[in-house]
Amino acid sequence: MSNRRARMLSALVKKEALQVLRDPSSLLIAFVLPPMLLWLFANAISLDVDDVRFGVVLEGSGQAAWDLAAAYAATPYFRVTSVRDRRELDPLIGTGKLKGYVVIPANFDRMLTVPDGVPQIQVITDATEPNTAKFVSGYAQGVLNTWLAARSASAGRVSLQQRFWYNPELDSRQVLIPGGIAIIMTMIGTLLTALVVSREWERGTMEAMMSTPASMAELLGSKLAPYFLLGMLANLGCAFMAVALYGVPFRGSLAALLAVSAVFLLPALGSGLLISTLVKSQFSAAQIALFAGFMPALILSGYLFEIEVMPAWLQAITHLVPARHYVPSLQSIFLAGDLWPQILRDMAALLALGLVFFGLTLRRARKSLD
Amino acid sequence: MAPQIIIRELSKRFGNLVALNNVNANIQGGLLTGLVGPDGAGKTTLMRILAGLMAPTSGSLEVAGHDAVREAAAIHRVTGYMPQRFGLYQDLSVQENLHLYASLRGLSKQEAEAVFPSLLNFTGLEPFTKRLAGRLSGGMKQKLGLACALLARPKVLLLDEPSVGVDPVSRRELWKMVQEMAGEGMAVVWATAYLDEAERCDEVLLLKDGELAYTGAPGDLTAHLRGRSYLVSGLAGNRREFLTQALDLEAVRDGVIQGGSVRLVLSAEAELAAIEPLAQAAQGAIAPTPPRFEDAFIDLLGGNPSGRSAIAEQMAPLAPSDRVMVECRELTKRFGTFTATDRISFAVRQGEVFGLLGPNGAGKSTTFRMLCGLLKPTAGRAEVAGVALRGSGSQAKLLLGYMAQKFSLYGSVSVRQNLELFSGVYGLQGRLRRRRMAEMIEVFHLQAFLDESPEQLPLGYKQRLALACALMHRPRVLFLDEPTSGVDPITRREFWTHITGLVGKGVTVLVTTHFMDEAEYCDRVALVNRAQLIALDSPDALKARMARPDRPEPSMEDAFVELVLAQGEKGREASGLEAAA
Repeated sequence: MSNRRARMLSALVKKEALQVLRDPSSLLIAFVLPPMLLWLFANAISLDVDDVRFGVVLEGSGQAAWDLAAAYAATPYFRVTSVRDRRELDPLIGTGKLKGYVVIPANFDRMLTVPDGVPQIQVITDATEPNTAKFVSGYAQGVLNTWLAARSASAGRVSLQQRFWYNPELDSRQVLIPGGIAIIMTMIGTLLTALVVSREWERGTMEAMMSTPASMAELLGSKLAPYFLLGMLANLGCAFMAVALYGVPFRGSLAALLAVSAVFLLPALGSGLLISTLVKSQFSAAQIALFAGFMPALILSGYLFEIEVMPAWLQAITHLVPARHYVPSLQSIFLAGDLWPQILRDMAALLALGLVFFGLTLRRARKSLD
Repeated sequence: MAPQIIIRELSKRFGNLVALNNVNANIQGGLLTGLVGPDGAGKTTLMRILAGLMAPTSGSLEVAGHDAVREAAAIHRVTGYMPQRFGLYQDLSVQENLHLYASLRGLSKQEAEAVFPSLLNFTGLEPFTKRLAGRLSGGMKQKLGLACALLARPKVLLLDEPSVGVDPVSRRELWKMVQEMAGEGMAVVWATAYLDEAERCDEVLLLKDGELAYTGAPGDLTAHLRGRSYLVSGLAGNRREFLTQALDLEAVRDGVIQGGSVRLVLSAEAELAAIEPLAQAAQGAIAPTPPRFEDAFIDLLGGNPSGRSAIAEQMAPLAPSDRVMVECRELTKRFGTFTATDRISFAVRQGEVFGLLGPNGAGKSTTFRMLCGLLKPTAGRAEVAGVALRGSGSQAKLLLGYMAQKFSLYGSVSVRQNLELFSGVYGLQGRLRRRRMAEMIEVFHLQAFLDESPEQLPLGYKQRLALACALMHRPRVLFLDEPTSGVDPITRREFWTHITGLVGKGVTVLVTTHFMDEAEYCDRVALVNRAQLIALDSPDALKARMARPDRPEPSMEDAFVELVLAQGEKGREASGLEAAA
């Protein structure tokens, strides 16, 4: 009996593999869609700020204050509007004409001359665009630090060096590409399974399969192996492209990448299977895969929008998005190295989500046309 | 012997819809049982319940000794089921499909290897084991589907409309195979819309609105009709006009055109005298003819709908003329090395019904598409109303209406939106557009379905909608590519009523079909086989040509099969290829 079951399953897997090789659509999804999307992520999306409109309020009138204001005006990131009174700038922030401003206080020069005195500047940003605001305040602080460092160097004091860890050039592409791989994997994982099962419904083969002794778990389960393999190949392709083409560092290990990606494919393929039990046409399946897979991965994974600034209920929801547990691991594997505690935590969450999707699929998929 | 299938008080409801109501029947092993009935009568639902794919709402069902509700898994082991679209994997070869199903049916490698040769031999698929299923012709797909269903020697074989869209030659071959299986003791259930097939079954179950309207031998039902079927031949005037008038008579239950004659079935209580005046006026001779199962079927289902087409009656007649409306000369189409249409020539005059017949993959659809300007001929010319449509302006295309195989409607938008779309495409605007749409909705009874998707419509309504979409702009030439494939006889009669009406107004009709009784409606028939025109004549002349002493009056199907076979067995493989495109 078990021998017969094994034969059944291997025949189904073999059938699926043959179909993958002969029908270009699966191969297209696995090998053409990822490079296209990765190219988009690398070129069309950028979180880098340059030429941001920025204000400088020069309340002090000492040499150092002037000097610092000049340093702000000279940075390539900012297009600076200089004023003497901050009240002039507030309406500009309100209308979005400025993304932020820095106040160099009246006592700036004096604070510099005090031993151990820390000169205070104030940075105001428009936080309606949290990402930009964060970068603006970071750059503003960075300009001050650089200026201070240059000043102490020329004064023969200790030089201060600013280091942005893991991404020294502050190139958002390096963060975007590893995260983008998570989005791409969500997309193809969900699409692959959602489309193949609905294709079987459309062509009437599902009905024929259901009339054989094969169980529903076998029919759906046999889809996993070939598409899992396809997903892993796509994953390796993306990683290779990221490193070779876009110069993203790879500081972790291949083992860690393969491990977390393999576990990630469980909820990705599982959600595709779940979709295919809900709708029976390829068109609807593709639409749902887009809205239930791609969009949440893009928006709720912490990839584009920070999860910490979301309201608590939305933060809770993000835990249900597989990509949310994949983006951080990918980013650390590429940019920092194998942070096993984090990777293991993510893998556990992904495994749990995978089980939930498979459980739901098996509950829904009854061997009946009712 | 105990029946293989025992159905007791079986009902099936989907929400408020009653698909099957209190069905009781026994189906015996060793017999071929036909399941017939109009579209939407519940044939497919019953098939799926028999195959253990649906549970009945109430009642009981036993298949080969297994209870359908409690032992669905056991039913899957003892039945072979061929769904409507054969359930084959297009991307797998014949051999690979067989291997897959063998494994799923639990055959060991040795067992599988042992049955393959006999099945391949039996189905004639031996030369094609390496060919992808998607590249097989309809008839060969059907045989492969059957082979897959037969792999595990099932006790019960369930075939859901296996012959839809399949040509008569392939249908006859399949029929022979299935009969052989029944001869070995298998219980075979064959759902079909072809009543000539039903007539040859040992038993039939006739479903009507989800209820069993008749069960028993088809001959017993037909016997009731004895003395009510007549053939009116030698008509002086237009036979179509005669049929329309005859159907207006209270006494006439059913009527169809049969070549140059008209076949009428009288109501049970009617006398022959009721039709004599009409026949005399048309100088036709009335002769009794043996009843057919189809006569009984139509009688049981309430008779032929009205013979008058509301849509044709709204239309202003076109000026009659002898003009050639459609012409092709040496028309040729090659896809790579494969010749789909090979030097075909014919001309169709205004007001003619011209039929294009041939086996699957013979090149009918390709010829059609070239005539409509959808495909570019490799050589030769195709003209409609003196214009080559390919590359000509859209003005010329307004002359024709095209109803594609499988009804090319937009499934994701509503019926109303489909009508709007097609009226817009054909340049109708404003009040005229609204009026024509309203007309179509009324004539084809589409009101109730306006906001539904065409995919959800019963097949007969889908077909009406497709015809409505092709007719809104009042074309002068109508191209119908298998317009009635899989449609039940009542709906087909209604369909031909419209065609007859339109032709009466001077519209020219070109039609392809696998129904031989529909070929009888044509003025002339072109028979295409392996890309070539092998015969072109009136239906009566074609039948007469195939008459032999032992068979003085061959049917249209006999004529078709013999003409095709006469072209020789050579290149059988070529006819097995699905026409590309």
